[in-house]
Amino acid sequence: MVLALVATAIVAVALLSEELLPRIDELWSRFRARRRPAETFGYDPGRERRAEQRARTLLRSCVGEEEWAMYRDLGFIRVWGTQADGPGRAGATGGAAYGYLIYPHRAIIAYLAQTHRLLSEYCVTFPDQTRPYGSSRLPDSDDVLAKWMALTGDETRLISTANMNLPGRQLDPAHVKRDLWRLAQWERGRMRAAARHGQTPIDPTEGPSETPLDAAGQ
Amino acid sequence: MKPGHGEVLIAEGDVQLAEDERRLIDEFRLQLEEGLWAAVPTLQDGRRQAQMVKRFQDVPRDAERVIFFPRAAGG
Repeated sequence: MVLALVATAIVAVALLSEELLPRIDELWSRFRARRRPAETFGYDPGRERRAEQRARTLLRSCVGEEEWAMYRDLGFIRVWGTQADGPGRAGATGGAAYGYLIYPHRAIIAYLAQTHRLLSEYCVTFPDQTRPYGSSRLPDSDDVLAKWMALTGDETRLISTANMNLPGRQLDPAHVKRDLWRLAQWERGRMRAAARHGQTPIDPTEGPSETPLDAAGQ
Repeated sequence: MKPGHGEVLIAEGDVQLAEDERRLIDEFRLQLEEGLWAAVPTLQDGRRQAQMVKRFQDVPRDAERVIFFPRAAGG
C-alpha cells in the first residue's frame, strides 16, 4: 500500500516538475532581483555642466549665427512662423507675420511680429524615457535645439503635438513682453554695429524675410 | 541627444560606400524604431533650418549629419 502511494507520488512529481521548475526558477530570480539594490544616478553637477557644454556646441553648429548670438545674449531664440493663418488652433492672424520664442524647458510663445501681442503658449517636452542618468530631461541647449529643429522642420506637427494654453500659463506675459523689447533693442544694436562695419544690415522691424503667405507657397 | 550627456556619436560613414551606407541605414532604422525623431540641419536661401526625416532615403545625400532626439510630447 505504502509502496503504491510512494510510486504514485514520484510519478506525480515527475509530471508536475516540467510545469513547476520554470515557475520556481522565475520566483527565485524575482526574489534575487528584489534584494539587489537598483542602479541609481545622483545629480552630478559636473556631468550636467559637461553635457550642457556639448549641447551648446551642437546648438551653435546647427542654428544660424544670429540665432546663436540671440541665445547666448538673451537666453532664447526667435523663430518666424510660416503658416498662412497663424499657428495651430490659435490661428486667425489674418496673414500677419508672427514668431515664436523658444526658451529652454519652458513653453514656446507665439506672438505677432508687429504688435508683439502674445497669441498662445505651446507646452511641449522632449522626454527621453530611457533615462540614461536617472532623468528624462535633456540639457537646456539640447531642449532649445530640439524645439528649433521641430519648429523649422515641421511647424504644424510640433504645434499639433503641443498643449496649447493662453499666454500666462507658464511664463509671465510681462516677462515675455520685456524679452520682446530686449530682442528689439538687441537687433537695433546689431544693426548699428553692422552699419559701422560697412555691412548691409537687415532691418529687424521688417520682421521675417518672407511673408507667411510666401512661405506657404501661396 | 541624451539627458546627462548631450551629443552622442552613434555612427559615421560615407554613404558612397555600400557597406557604410548599409550600416548607417540600419542605425537610422534602429533609432526611429526606438521612437526618436530625426532631423537634418540645412542651409536654404542663406537661412539655417532643419528638415525632419522619416526615411533614410529622405536624408539629402550631401547631409553632413542626422540628429536624433526624443519625440515631442505635450507638456
